[in-house]
Amino acid sequence: MAHPDTTYERQHPAFYAVIFTLVFMSVGPIALMFINSFKLDVDIISGTTGLLFLPTIQNYETALCDILPYELDHLDYCSLKFGGAFINSIIITLISTVLTLIIGCMAAYALVRFRFMGRDTVSGTTLMVRMVPPAVLLVPVFGLWNNEFCIGRETWVGEIIRDTFGGRGDVCLAGTHSGIILVYIAMNLPFVIWILQSFIVQVPRQLEEAARMDGAGSFQVFFKVVLPLIKPGLAAAAIFTFRIAWNEYLLASALSDRDTKTVPILIVNNMSEFNVEWGVIMATGMLLAIPPIIFTLFASRQIITGMTAGAVKG
Amino acid sequence: MSYSTINRLTPYIFLAPALVIMVIALLYPLGYMVFGSFRDWDPSQSIGETSFIGLGNYISLWNDPNFHESLIVTLKFAITVVFVEMIVGVGLALLLDRNLRGMSVLRTMFILPMMIAPVVVGLIWRYMYHPSIGIFNQTLEKIGLGSVDWLGQHALLSVIIADIWQWTPFIFILSLAALQSLPRSALEAARIDGASGWQQIIYIKIPLMMPVLIVTCLLRLIDAFKVLEVILVMTEGGPGLSTEILALRISRTATEFRELGVAAAMSNYLLMLLLILTIIMLAFNKLQEMKAERQRRAVEAEKG
Repeated sequence: MAHPDTTYERQHPAFYAVIFTLVFMSVGPIALMFINSFKLDVDIISGTTGLLFLPTIQNYETALCDILPYELDHLDYCSLKFGGAFINSIIITLISTVLTLIIGCMAAYALVRFRFMGRDTVSGTTLMVRMVPPAVLLVPVFGLWNNEFCIGRETWVGEIIRDTFGGRGDVCLAGTHSGIILVYIAMNLPFVIWILQSFIVQVPRQLEEAARMDGAGSFQVFFKVVLPLIKPGLAAAAIFTFRIAWNEYLLASALSDRDTKTVPILIVNNMSEFNVEWGVIMATGMLLAIPPIIFTLFASRQIITGMTAGAVKG
Repeated sequence: MSYSTINRLTPYIFLAPALVIMVIALLYPLGYMVFGSFRDWDPSQSIGETSFIGLGNYISLWNDPNFHESLIVTLKFAITVVFVEMIVGVGLALLLDRNLRGMSVLRTMFILPMMIAPVVVGLIWRYMYHPSIGIFNQTLEKIGLGSVDWLGQHALLSVIIADIWQWTPFIFILSLAALQSLPRSALEAARIDGASGWQQIIYIKIPLMMPVLIVTCLLRLIDAFKVLEVILVMTEGGPGLSTEILALRISRTATEFRELGVAAAMSNYLLMLLLILTIIMLAFNKLQEMKAERQRRAVEAEKG
């Protein structure tokens, strides 16, 4: 952190020009999407690149039309179904992030603080599965979630679920929120465990031992002493897990059905149509981009810490 | 149960949830995939009903020119992207490693592209590359240079540019962190001995950063093989097969052509490639650790 009375070096004007160009290049495209999301398709297509247009929130209204409380007069019917997808995205992301963090920090703690049989195997496997790409998981997960991880409709659990939610055939993981959440947790765990290990190592052992002397059990030590001390690590891990779950497209598209679609699926589906409605899609894209952008603006330090801790061996 | 049994069980209790989930949703599926890659597997069947065809899927892929094409595109994409990103990223880090007002704001701006969804990145670039309404062609037309067929003829290059935009900051942030944690004494000594800026970079900074740079490079390379959504949104693998990277081909084989067995075999080829890269990275890390340990011992021995 820069100290208040640190003197900053003065730089050559050309240096500032370079910096300005870099910022423009990295933020420009996002700003362009932001601006275009307030334009009507006519304005986008006619190519008024400048800022001379009449801003409108019509695109956002169209995107959110199925959860808006009022009728829209520029639409006959809602075709985008953004609202439902938005809610699905929130449910899936929040639940999977919270669970990943809880499960992940417990596992990281066990790996750092205990010597036990199989420890090296577990930590080695965790390291290796970090490189498995979602595209590779797609094939088996698609098969398993659709055909194997099912509850037969004749069994009593299956019957209850069928009676409550309707539908026909067996009850399978595919097409449910839990199915997607399960994959996301598994996908994020290795990374979270790896990052948190490097934070837990730094917790002074004496603190834990002092707590233990005072009669605290292992779980109390973990929840009352260790967890509060690794808050920065937890924040970093939370942001990364959130980002992956919120942004993920491939597995969600293979595992969701009409009712459990997430926002990225909606965007891809609407991009592959012949007539792309640019304004509405950019508004949708903007809504999808806002949470990560907010995180970046308010927690960039945690993100950078997380990135360096994740890359450099912890 | 005695106190000591509970004590011995504690680590397993802490680990259990993570293990259960990783086994159910990661390891078991991976094993299932290896098993399925030897079968004539269709998504509508349960895997027990499929017939065993030995190495059939692997052999047919080995002889499939489209698969070769896709492999070559993947390698071209990954290697170019990592090469350019390393040079630009490290270069920027060396340039911006100064005591600068507003450095943290700058870093925040730079990490924005990699935080937003790949799908959205694809959407933005597809718009900017659009033949008539895209900003690139409009600007080119205005200067009078004529338009470029970005996502047609030059699709692979365009996709590469988008990835460089998104991921160069990653290299930049990591190399900047490495630069700022270099031992000040070495840099001071060089400066006192009269080393010029370039000499400091080439003889002191880069050699000292090397371990971090190699790990960063390997991490990025592994990630470059995973890229999928950006390309899917921008080109859908086309035109032809010109941007159909392996990950995209796997997902299309599985969901569009419904040939799970073939897709599984393809996934295994990709996994093997990534496994090799990961092993190199881990071995390198281990080596560095051993080296550091040896140095520490040497220093201690000298003191003692």
